[in-house]
Amino acid sequence: MDNSTVNLRVKSGAVQYRPLALTPGQDLTGYVLSKLGKAILFLMTCSSVFAVLLIFFFVIRESLIFFRDQGLWASVSTNAWYPKSEDPRYGMLALLAGSVYVTLAALAFSVPLGVMAAVFLSDLVSFKVRAVVKPVIEILAAIPSVAYGFFAVMVMAPWMQDHWHFSTGTNALNAAIILSIMALPTIISVAEDSVSSLGRELREASYALGATRFETLFKVVIPAAHSGIIAAIILGMMRAIGETMVVWMASGNASQIPSPWWDLSQSVRTMTATIAGEMGETEHGSIHYGALFAVGVYLLVITLGLNLISEFFLARAKKALGKA
Amino acid sequence: MKMLKIGLLLVFMVLAQSVSAETLQIDGSTTVGPIAEAFAEYFKSIYPDLEISVKKTGSGDGAKALGDGMCDIAAMSRFMKLNEFKKCADKGIMPVAHVVAMDGICIIVHPSNPVKALTTQQVQDIYLGKITNWSQVGGPNLAVVAVSRDTSSGTYETFHELVMKKKDIADKVEYVNANPQAHARVSGNRGAIAYVGLGFVDAKVKSLTIDGVVPSKRTIVSGVYPIARPLFLFTNGYPKLGSMVHRFVTFQLTEVGQELVEAKKFVPVTDY
Repeated sequence: MDNSTVNLRVKSGAVQYRPLALTPGQDLTGYVLSKLGKAILFLMTCSSVFAVLLIFFFVIRESLIFFRDQGLWASVSTNAWYPKSEDPRYGMLALLAGSVYVTLAALAFSVPLGVMAAVFLSDLVSFKVRAVVKPVIEILAAIPSVAYGFFAVMVMAPWMQDHWHFSTGTNALNAAIILSIMALPTIISVAEDSVSSLGRELREASYALGATRFETLFKVVIPAAHSGIIAAIILGMMRAIGETMVVWMASGNASQIPSPWWDLSQSVRTMTATIAGEMGETEHGSIHYGALFAVGVYLLVITLGLNLISEFFLARAKKALGKA
Repeated sequence: MKMLKIGLLLVFMVLAQSVSAETLQIDGSTTVGPIAEAFAEYFKSIYPDLEISVKKTGSGDGAKALGDGMCDIAAMSRFMKLNEFKKCADKGIMPVAHVVAMDGICIIVHPSNPVKALTTQQVQDIYLGKITNWSQVGGPNLAVVAVSRDTSSGTYETFHELVMKKKDIADKVEYVNANPQAHARVSGNRGAIAYVGLGFVDAKVKSLTIDGVVPSKRTIVSGVYPIARPLFLFTNGYPKLGSMVHRFVTFQLTEVGQELVEAKKFVPVTDY
């Protein structure tokens, strides 16, 4: 029985015996191939790093023409954005303000909602409900932003005009509300991860000391998870500040700083919307073209800064968990 | 061996040349681009051997390409500037203009707005931010929401030139990046005003009489309506009669050409 199987295998040639000692040639090929394989995998891994570096390189290179002409600070200190005028001016203050307005207003809605939802999902709700609710929230992240924009223009805008008597429905508030919905999945899922990964011990210790559920959540759980929650907020903020299509459709794109400053019912224009709206038709190599890239540089600096801050807090959250 | 390769390459190049002997290169305005593309598509369907390319770079780039001999037809949303003409002439190229269509721009408001007519000056004042309430032009006490096309569009260019007289639009004016969006903003806001091509006006918005002239195909083509401009195709000299270039730049005079121009929401120069 044993014999026949071995014979069969050998006959069919399915089994190849590899000698234990390699010839120098085989040894060399093996060595080269393993190094080569490693190198290829390394290059593949690096490709995304290269992509980031290339983006930085090209955005900065294309913006140089603008910075050489206008200087670094002149453009961000004035707010007249008239690139196509007889006397072109490239004041970016209003665009910067537009991005800040829309982003901060979006956070004002999405942070309380998102953090409360995260705590609810991790601490209060039964496993069955959570299994349904969490995927549904994550679907929000999968809806294309044009669909949100369409909703903002066709549903939200007329509604605001009719019910709140705003003179224009496409305004900072409209964009902020839509952006806050778009930032929610990010905030909820990162915050929920950090809240639920705190573990039972902390909560049980709190209950053992006689704390109520409310006290446990607000005085123990949320403070303990604050690093992860801050990281979640910053990630949501980056989602909001980088979003383009929705703000282009919903914010009205008037390059003004609202006056009075708290009036969110006025139309604003963000940095991303300006780039998206004007890049297509701008003459390559012109100052206007450089100015759009300069807006991109400022955006990159802002998002890079936010990213570093969120990395810092995520790392701290991990460290804190490691100790606990 | 090397010689053989070069020889083969040369043969291929000659062959490629002879196969695509009939080529038509069109370059220029993004406004005229859609018309040129529609014409090109139709030409491809009736002349399958014709190689035709339409680039949409901008009127200035089109003029430059014609002067450099890089294209057969330059599409332009404005007439060639003296400087551009000189540059072409220096290179032995004589630009000749063919009007392909008219671009007429209507000022539209919400149908419920009782204002029926404005002057060009009043429209300018609205976009300059001097008029902020409809009561200033005989309408209800309602804030004016002025909507403009994005500054890179040809429609904006026309408006900026013919209505604004190249003055800067006020910073509170909102921007949208397509004619249908401008239409949607006006049909959904009782205080809104915007401008769109004649082809985009329907029952959901009301187009205003400007300087006493109702915008229509007839008033636009005849030049009575103030916010209209011709769109051009420029060729090097008048093309040889019956050549492909000639057929292309006179195609708007045919019935199919007229339909294609209308389908792209411009005003045709003919009226069959």
